[in-house]
Amino acid sequence: MLSTFWQVWIAVITLGSIIGCGVLIQYTSRGMRKEETDQTTGHDYDGIQEFDNPLPRWWVFMFWGTIVFGFAYLGVYGFGNFNGLLTVEVDGEPVTWTAQNQWKAEVQAFDKTIAPLYEEYAATPVTELIHNEEALQSGQRLFKSNCSVCHGSNAKGAQGFPNLTDTDWLYGGSPEQIKQTITMGRQGAMPAWGAVLGDEGTANMVEYVRSLSGLKHDAAAAEAAAPQFTQICAACHGADGKGMQLLGAPNLTDDVWLYGGSSKQIEFTLKNGRNGKMPAHAEILGSNADAKIHLLTTYVYSLSNE
Amino acid sequence: MIKHDNIERSLPLMVVMIVIALSWGGMVEIVPLFFHEDTTEAVEGLEPYTALQLEGRDIYIREGCHVCHTQMVRPFRAETERYGPYSVSGESVYEHPFLWGSKRTGPDLARVGGRYSDEWHRAHLYNPRDVVPESIMPSYPWLFEDKVDGRLTPKKMEALRIVGVPYTDEDIEGAKDAVDGKPEIEALVAYLQHLGTVITKR
Repeated sequence: MLSTFWQVWIAVITLGSIIGCGVLIQYTSRGMRKEETDQTTGHDYDGIQEFDNPLPRWWVFMFWGTIVFGFAYLGVYGFGNFNGLLTVEVDGEPVTWTAQNQWKAEVQAFDKTIAPLYEEYAATPVTELIHNEEALQSGQRLFKSNCSVCHGSNAKGAQGFPNLTDTDWLYGGSPEQIKQTITMGRQGAMPAWGAVLGDEGTANMVEYVRSLSGLKHDAAAAEAAAPQFTQICAACHGADGKGMQLLGAPNLTDDVWLYGGSSKQIEFTLKNGRNGKMPAHAEILGSNADAKIHLLTTYVYSLSNE
Repeated sequence: MIKHDNIERSLPLMVVMIVIALSWGGMVEIVPLFFHEDTTEAVEGLEPYTALQLEGRDIYIREGCHVCHTQMVRPFRAETERYGPYSVSGESVYEHPFLWGSKRTGPDLARVGGRYSDEWHRAHLYNPRDVVPESIMPSYPWLFEDKVDGRLTPKKMEALRIVGVPYTDEDIEGAKDAVDGKPEIEALVAYLQHLGTVITKR
């Protein structure tokens, strides 16, 4: 709320200005000629002269029109602490117009319209909802505005950002697991092993990791790293290197490489670790987050399931 | 009686009258807000930028990010759906100068903090096309090589303190060591990840 001083300040300047405009046009109109003549004002600038004619009538009417509009506008929207007459509906009650109230009204009106649809979707399990074309399209639109920045508009991901269209899942591909990932986010935690493995150890481990998925490798070097794999890496990636979804540890035996499968890239990963992060979206998605997550899950699930 | 003629022929008078005319609306629309708690008091939980975030902010300004990105979520459903809760003035009280911007070539960044991972920001700033193929944003590879020069950081914080940002003496003392020699990218990402995180509920 504004103090009385500023309230008066605003009222005096605003109303004073509008009234002042009226006085000004009234005052200027009085001394004007009634008819158009060829009389000039007497100004002569570089041979350019100015007729001394009355203001066009339409223009004067418009001037008065803006003054009337000004008062009407103040009445409708208010000024200072004075609430205007305009109302918007918030929580079913008419309340004074403010930018915030207008936003609330807009959001609530939309939520009301969408509620039955969201309820219907929420009551349908993801495995069934993937056959609903409209739900999938809504899910896709949500995906494009919220997920595509990292996972790509075709959901095929990028280096460091998982491809969602294949059947390889870091944290599991069941609807429940996908929902969990979107809602709570995920934090990858591959520690840096450069110091532990040493230069030679790292080089050997690269060969071992490549051997797991049958990529070209130096068998002897790989063999040399095998005990260390069991000792260090197996804790998360499993003794067979097939990974562990509970921890988000990737399967190393397939041909899917989140951070690249070249020797250089694997070496970098081993030396520096990787800490991929999926932000939690429960809050980011805002209003109707549950329904949105359900639709997003449906869309993501549909990418790799018929 | 003042006649046009007199005003038009006297430059000082013309200047004075123009200044009055131009500031007229501001006297009603802007001046009262200088004394209004909504616009002068920080929202709950708002902290001044850390030294690293502050340097990141200066990099943001240096690279002209504010030319293509606004930092102002307006109170419309379409905007709050896409970006998050609408911006309120209490969030900007420590901003000197504010970076609300006026043109969105890229998306609004007022609530970008926490939305993407640090890794994403690094990949994206190194070359936006690596993560968003259709992006037209320029690449900023030098941020990964150039280091923050912390010599002026304490001075910047002192200057901000004069205009009302509540930095403590300890903040200012530790500022140089906190930023000196760190890669610029680290500072910029720290700044971006902080943006708009004070208000999370709409």
